[in-house]
Amino acid sequence: MELAMRLCEAYGPAGREDKVRDIILAEIKPFAKSIETDRLGNLIAFLPGTEKRNEPIMFCAHMDEIGLIVTHIDKRGYVRFTNVGGIFPEKILHQRVIFENGTIGVIGVETKTETPKPFRLDNLYIDIGVDDRETAGRKVKIGDIASFYQKSLVVDDRLIAKALDDRIGCYCLIETMKRVIENKDDIYFVFSVQEEVGLRGARTGAYKVNPKYAIAVDVTTTGDTPECPAMEIMIGNGTAIKVKDSAFLSHPYIRNRLIDYAEKAKIPYQLEVLQFGTTDAAVIQLVKEGAISGVLSIPTRYVHSTNELCSMKDVQSTIDLLSIVAEKGLNN
Amino acid sequence: MLGALSECNGVSGNEHEIAQLIRDQIKADDCDISEDGYGNLIVRKGVDTRPRLLLAAHMDEVGFVISAVEKNGLLRFQTIGLSPNILLAKTVTIGANRVIGVIGCKPAHLSKQEERQKPVAVDSVFIDIGAGSRDEALKIVNIGDCATFATEFREANGLFYGKAFDNRAGCYILIRMINDLDIPAYYAFTTQEEVGLRGARIVAYRIDPDIAIAVDTTASGEWPAEKDIPTYPAIGKGPVISVADRSIICDRKLVGFIEKTAQTEGIPYQFKRPMIGGTDAGSMHIARSGARSAVVQITARYIHGPMSIMAGVDIENAYNLLSKTLQNLPKEASEWN
Repeated sequence: MELAMRLCEAYGPAGREDKVRDIILAEIKPFAKSIETDRLGNLIAFLPGTEKRNEPIMFCAHMDEIGLIVTHIDKRGYVRFTNVGGIFPEKILHQRVIFENGTIGVIGVETKTETPKPFRLDNLYIDIGVDDRETAGRKVKIGDIASFYQKSLVVDDRLIAKALDDRIGCYCLIETMKRVIENKDDIYFVFSVQEEVGLRGARTGAYKVNPKYAIAVDVTTTGDTPECPAMEIMIGNGTAIKVKDSAFLSHPYIRNRLIDYAEKAKIPYQLEVLQFGTTDAAVIQLVKEGAISGVLSIPTRYVHSTNELCSMKDVQSTIDLLSIVAEKGLNN
Repeated sequence: MLGALSECNGVSGNEHEIAQLIRDQIKADDCDISEDGYGNLIVRKGVDTRPRLLLAAHMDEVGFVISAVEKNGLLRFQTIGLSPNILLAKTVTIGANRVIGVIGCKPAHLSKQEERQKPVAVDSVFIDIGAGSRDEALKIVNIGDCATFATEFREANGLFYGKAFDNRAGCYILIRMINDLDIPAYYAFTTQEEVGLRGARIVAYRIDPDIAIAVDTTASGEWPAEKDIPTYPAIGKGPVISVADRSIICDRKLVGFIEKTAQTEGIPYQFKRPMIGGTDAGSMHIARSGARSAVVQITARYIHGPMSIMAGVDIENAYNLLSKTLQNLPKEASEWN
């Protein structure tokens, strides 16, 4: 749990995943046979299988989170920015942000009456506590990327944090790797970069690994909050086995295998049909000659806000199910 | 040479002429030139070693494609990468025979005030080649012919004026690097960048580079500021280094190295406005198992229009920056970790 909280708190917007990678590397070093960081920055850890059948499995969770990139500093030192990944202007107003060098700021909005409502990103600015452009320029420069600055909290079984998307997926992969003693097939644990800007790391990672099977672990939205769109996913009801999202259809073989494993082991699960959004699996399935792919999702509320919320019970079910997949493989 | 490159027609998907012109301009005899099935021109210079370098500049430009001919001989067209608002009353040349046409619209005398105030829709305008009938028109043009603006290249006061600087400027720099320097690398002149970074994807797959740099142009930000907003990059203030655009978050080490080179060599440079536009680097960095990639750009005013303006000094500085960067690039894999 402490690890999950720490992973979420770490600075790691797309393209700037170094600090997250360092945390993961330190955790998994004793458990992996070999580890490499590829040219885009994906962390790829290898667990050789006991059976030499050359049907490698790729588990994938992305390290990056959404962020803000500096476009301009005005005369009075206010920092203008645009989005890195899917940022919703209304969700970020008055939130705290942090730059890689530790500079902290708060997001403000132009308040003239003609400011459009809902306001756009270019109506917002970051106030980093300085009075002029020159002083601001010593702290941040054009192209610097900020992430949200938010402590992680545990409330009963709930984890409230920024960047649960997808540090909680990274956490599931790490815990699975720690738990698995013996796996039949070769497994590559890929901690990918730049998912939030277009599933980029997973594409090159999958090309290198060339898996026969792939499972991405990521978050999904839920249908259990007041007046929300209908969706059969509830916090606390188990890991979500994906059926479909906006760019991906789970391979029925993988989906059924996951359901089968979950039922036999009495692991709570639910089936996910997600209307908006997708995961690394959408590109992994199409790399080279294709990988037979599926997704396990952690039901998460308030995705892409500074207070995403999930249940550790679902996290546990995800790790339980992923560990069975790791041990038994997918071809049996 | 820049003038010839600028005036040459090469709309996306029809890069044959510009490819031939570039071939003719390559004078170095220590290189292999090949063309792939997609029309990309790939020049290999020197011994192939790792880390393998790939520089790419796209040959294609924005323009028009003739889609239909009316009974009265007027041509209907679709645009490739152009905003309809810049079309009215421009002169164009069509096809290999350079048929001259004008993008016609009702003159003010004949149109109502409401009509004149409406934004331009592509299907409300046409190209007039002076033909009196459909048959007459089809004798000199054909459906599928490509057209570009009929813009003559000019030079004045250290500035260049012309069309298609996006990205003949990049092509020009690569040709000079091939001809005048001795830097072992793959130099690619790519196709169909303007319609989705397509040629570069195939080139990068074939070459499998460790390091890839796109050399391209970017839109000037020099506009009268309504409020305190960014007005960069500006022409004449040095080549532009990109941190991130819509297609790529550039490799930090490579970007850092380019910036450091500029500082050490005393070459002026500016940063690109983040997250705007996309370049061939977007395709190249995710080809195969990925390449460390960056973008160096020339600022031009009014790109994707009939007449752009750029500064000669930016071209020279970009040439110098790229040359020095590649000459000093760390060669050991360990230096990249």
